[in-house]
Amino acid sequence: MSSSRSALRRTLTIAATAALAIGGLAACSPSAAGGGGAAGDPADLDAALEKGGELTYWSWTPSAEAQVAAFEEAYPNVDVELVNAGTNTEEYTKLQNAIKAGSGAPDVVQIEYYALPQFAMSDSLVDLSQYGLDELEDDYSASTWGAVNVDGKLVGLPQDSGPMALFYNQTVFDQFGIAVPETWDQYVEAARQLQAADPTKFITADTGDAGFTTSMIWQAGGRPFSIDGTDVAIDLADEGVQKWTGVWDQLISEGLLSDTPGWSDEWYQGLGDGSIATLVIGAWMPGVLESSVPDGAGHWRVAPMPTYDGTPVAAENGGGGQSVTSQSKNPALAAAFLRWLNNDPASIDVFLESGGFPATTAELDDPEFVGAESEYFGGQKINEVLTQASKDVSTGWSYLPYQVYANSIFGDTVGQAYANRTPLADGLADWQAQLVEYGDEQGFTVSE
Amino acid sequence: MTTLSRSRSEWKGLAFTAPFLIVFLLVFVAPVVYSVYLSLFREQMVGGNAFVGLENYAELVVDAQFWEGFLRVLLFLVIQVPVMLVLALVAALAIDSARLHASGFFRIAIFLPYAVPAVVAVLMWGFIYGDQFGLVANLNDWLGASVFAPFSRDWILVSIGNIVTWEFVGYNMLIFYSALKVVPGDLYEAAELDGAGAFRVIRAIKLQALRGAIVIATIFSIIGSFQLFNEPNILRTLAPNIITTFFTPNMYAYNLSFSGQQYNASATVAIVMGVITAVIAYVVQLRGSRKEER
Repeated sequence: MSSSRSALRRTLTIAATAALAIGGLAACSPSAAGGGGAAGDPADLDAALEKGGELTYWSWTPSAEAQVAAFEEAYPNVDVELVNAGTNTEEYTKLQNAIKAGSGAPDVVQIEYYALPQFAMSDSLVDLSQYGLDELEDDYSASTWGAVNVDGKLVGLPQDSGPMALFYNQTVFDQFGIAVPETWDQYVEAARQLQAADPTKFITADTGDAGFTTSMIWQAGGRPFSIDGTDVAIDLADEGVQKWTGVWDQLISEGLLSDTPGWSDEWYQGLGDGSIATLVIGAWMPGVLESSVPDGAGHWRVAPMPTYDGTPVAAENGGGGQSVTSQSKNPALAAAFLRWLNNDPASIDVFLESGGFPATTAELDDPEFVGAESEYFGGQKINEVLTQASKDVSTGWSYLPYQVYANSIFGDTVGQAYANRTPLADGLADWQAQLVEYGDEQGFTVSE
Repeated sequence: MTTLSRSRSEWKGLAFTAPFLIVFLLVFVAPVVYSVYLSLFREQMVGGNAFVGLENYAELVVDAQFWEGFLRVLLFLVIQVPVMLVLALVAALAIDSARLHASGFFRIAIFLPYAVPAVVAVLMWGFIYGDQFGLVANLNDWLGASVFAPFSRDWILVSIGNIVTWEFVGYNMLIFYSALKVVPGDLYEAAELDGAGAFRVIRAIKLQALRGAIVIATIFSIIGSFQLFNEPNILRTLAPNIITTFFTPNMYAYNLSFSGQQYNASATVAIVMGVITAVIAYVVQLRGSRKEER
């Protein structure tokens, strides 16, 4: 037990933080309204770069530092202060607090695709089409362009993408005579075969991950979320959802999934020693494997994501871009920096060198990029598979305007189906019920 | 003349207490008042902020997630606190008995975990608890069966209780030990002359002397239990489905405000928990001091 002093301090911290977060709200919310910031046009961007100024940029990407350095060299009048405000939800919490407070948000901020609608909703991001950036549409893959257009506004430029593919451990597959699965039925069969041959080896590790689940539903053709202004529709039992649960329920009920939580130390070890034999995950994974799973070198390969009926189809998993906030005092300069960051070849080269997977069609179609052999993957031309996956991503997906919150309660609801080995449909129904309740409380009109 | 000097001395007194009062108002009263204020409003993503009276409280009363977390910390308190305090008591009596060799070493060794930052301690125990690569995995291997599963639903409270006990036994031991140190030596002499044995001395002298310290330690521990946050929150990454976002009332308050932007509901949880904790601590103190008067 703690002393009363530290107990008290904890209460105070929570109360004070909440107080601070709300404090500025009443005073400053009018300035956050209106959204677009100052009106501008394309000519403003070049003029702003010429004139120069200071910008703050929040990002946790490994390439950010080198990109900022390259930018400042090309545009010496502009001074960009790079801040790592934490990884994903940590950064979003800070951003949300700064938005509430009415000050403290950076000019340019990294936001993943799933979180974009939440920030776009509150008019916290600048509509970049006023600077003519909507003309860059053809430079980006269709699915990433769709993700940065929320409710008719261009709220960011895509940086990376995560078309899903099947990463598998060739050595383990060879050892047990397992063929690379092309359909989900074959995948389940491979899972059984592997467990029967060696109970310490699992087809994959999944303890319930909101990002993974939504991507799997996306691939299966499910479209559980739709937004139209403040009208939200949620249906976590549509045909696509049922297709996915039909497959995944088998893996859960038969205990074929490793219960090692993703991104834990044990997970990385499992990827290195073959006890986790496959991963169905975004195309940014090779960079992670190379840097964090050195033991897996030479063993891993990439194949297209298994399908339900043999027709190639994929989904996006993770990935994101950068946006300009409405709080920016110099939105034209911020937009100009953003245009350079996610559209200039010099910047994208730096991004690719750090192991990122691009969202830009020029790179996705570049024979040199596509044909590059990966040493880690035993010389396989992995980008052939991954760029094809990018083209196979089905369209029409959208996330909730409160997806960050939705993902935070995934373990409370769907996670219980994993823990108790009960049907996913029950967990999904529970998730839906809580999301509907939350949406109603937040003033949305939610239909099921 | 007299009134003048009295008022002057009053002003002087105020000047001396002002530094404390200012800080007290700023860091204690203001946040509490602000939390109460917050709990009377509701801020929505769509539709803005509105005064809702006691509606947040009415909703909390029927909030199953809140009560689940509350009952969990209550269960935790009822089992973990007595275990920890008895261990601390035994340790303090042993060190105070003068029959223990190297008692200075034991005193420091038992207290040391309290000096380890809670976050570090929990991470360390998280590694030990790992049932695939951790020490627990080795134990299970050695026993030839999966006997221990620290992150399973049945074990998780025991796992957390073990960490908390490890962290705070030394702290409570020190409270008890210092209370024993002030017992006058002639009491022991008198007991010896009367022919009292070691256990009689413990019962008749030491436990009597410890009563006040035990009340204090119990109150601290009750408050700490209701505030349970660090340990489950850090272990959550290792057991995401077992430790929910509303596992303890404090975690619930934290997640309401930082994941759900429901600052108003969060403030309501904080106030209700604060009141409940204060009432229970007060009752314990009342009972403890009444015994002392007797």
